[in-house]
Amino acid sequence: MALNYSSIDDDGAFSFRNLERNSKLEKMGLKMPSFRKTGTTIVGVTTRDCVILAADTRATSDTIVMEKNCEKIHYIGKYMHCCGAGTAADTMQVTRMVSANVSLQAFKFPDEMVPVVFAARSLRQYLFKYMGYVSAALILGGIDDNGSHLYSIYPHGSIDKLPYISMGSGSMAAISELESRWNENLTEEEGMKLACDAILAGVFNDLGSGSNVDLCIIKRDGTRMLRNYLTPNKKPATSKYIYPAGLTKVLAKSEIKFQITEETVMEVDA
Amino acid sequence: MDTVIDRGAPKARNFEPYASNGGSIVAISGKDFVIVASDTRLSEGYMIYTRKQSKLFQLSDKSVLGCTGCWCDTLSLTNIIQSQLKSYLHDHNTIMQPGSIAQLLSTLLYSRRFFPYYVYNVLAGLNENGEGCLYSYDPVGHCEKVSYTAGGSSGVLMQPFLDSWLGKRTVDSPVSEEEALNLVKDAFTAAGERDIYTGDEVVYNIIKKDGIKSGVVQLRKD
Repeated sequence: MALNYSSIDDDGAFSFRNLERNSKLEKMGLKMPSFRKTGTTIVGVTTRDCVILAADTRATSDTIVMEKNCEKIHYIGKYMHCCGAGTAADTMQVTRMVSANVSLQAFKFPDEMVPVVFAARSLRQYLFKYMGYVSAALILGGIDDNGSHLYSIYPHGSIDKLPYISMGSGSMAAISELESRWNENLTEEEGMKLACDAILAGVFNDLGSGSNVDLCIIKRDGTRMLRNYLTPNKKPATSKYIYPAGLTKVLAKSEIKFQITEETVMEVDA
Repeated sequence: MDTVIDRGAPKARNFEPYASNGGSIVAISGKDFVIVASDTRLSEGYMIYTRKQSKLFQLSDKSVLGCTGCWCDTLSLTNIIQSQLKSYLHDHNTIMQPGSIAQLLSTLLYSRRFFPYYVYNVLAGLNENGEGCLYSYDPVGHCEKVSYTAGGSSGVLMQPFLDSWLGKRTVDSPVSEEEALNLVKDAFTAAGERDIYTGDEVVYNIIKKDGIKSGVVQLRKD
């Protein structure tokens, strides 16, 4: 049965009002604008006493690299971070919303750590509500009073709680590293190396992933966000190309004068 | 009683004869030389097939063909051209001049007007007078003699760059070999930064009267 989008209420976060019109226009040959999808490699690894998240930094739109050094590890809470793959806007918005809820929860219960499952559940329920149209594929990692936790959350709202996870277009390259080398007795350093190697596998073998490796280590004594931990893809040197100023010929000039009719001065408190 | 088999509504089975394997070509011609270069990444979708496949095909000691697009069509097309050139050599006891190869290629491509070879060609060579000459094609055989060109997946990224540096050159200020090579390298470096299908390495051929010189430049591997 085809869904009647116009019957969905607009009182949530999104308006579905134009969906039916757009699908008709598309049938008539309209090409819809494409979103910035982060063709991505993201991984999460648990070790003996910490959770490690890692991500590449390439954002693509179709076959063009739109951003060579974007951030895909999002802040959720003091002891919680979240890697995002999928439509960049969705992963950013979803993690911002949950991050706000997590900090409210932290204010409500100042004596305890916010449970990771709290963030996992709100992400899942939100994504499920939007039936996969909010295309965020997430890896949520964090630590609370019950220990360390690592979740993968799919756009349709399913959740897995796993010791090691990879997601995104480079997930196949990354999981091969994780499957062959992960064990439950990894030290922090071994975990970092494994997470980096998994991302590098994606960076070099998946065209949707590239540039640098970001790393986030979440431990009981604090979270370390290591932005651009590895930078294996520096731009080769090129010649300097200086275009002389005034290359574009000015064909006509005209001046529009503003008439100041009123001036107001407002004092602002320091 | 007859048994009636319900086969349901008719279904169309689609055959996709084309693949897009990425890659880019840049070529610049000069007074007594011509440079043609390609990257060496062969890919499809989000996958890299190989990092070491040159897309340049030497047709004679005076002409090189650069091809991007569907790799199987490239192989088929270059095989046909090379066998035709061999026949020509045996028939006339001389190699075919670039101008004639240009026409041959155009005819070959147009012969498949309604089931084209999905290949973007750039033919570089030295003509009878030892001058650099360059021919750029579309997949169905439209041929144009140009002084510089960029094609393939990064063609739209590199062509404006070449236009801005070479577009207003006149016969009085021809591009030097060194300058042309630098432009080729930098065009690929810039394209490799932004196009996911261009990367790994650049191979270039400089065709001159005394032979073909080739070289390799490293690009990003991600």
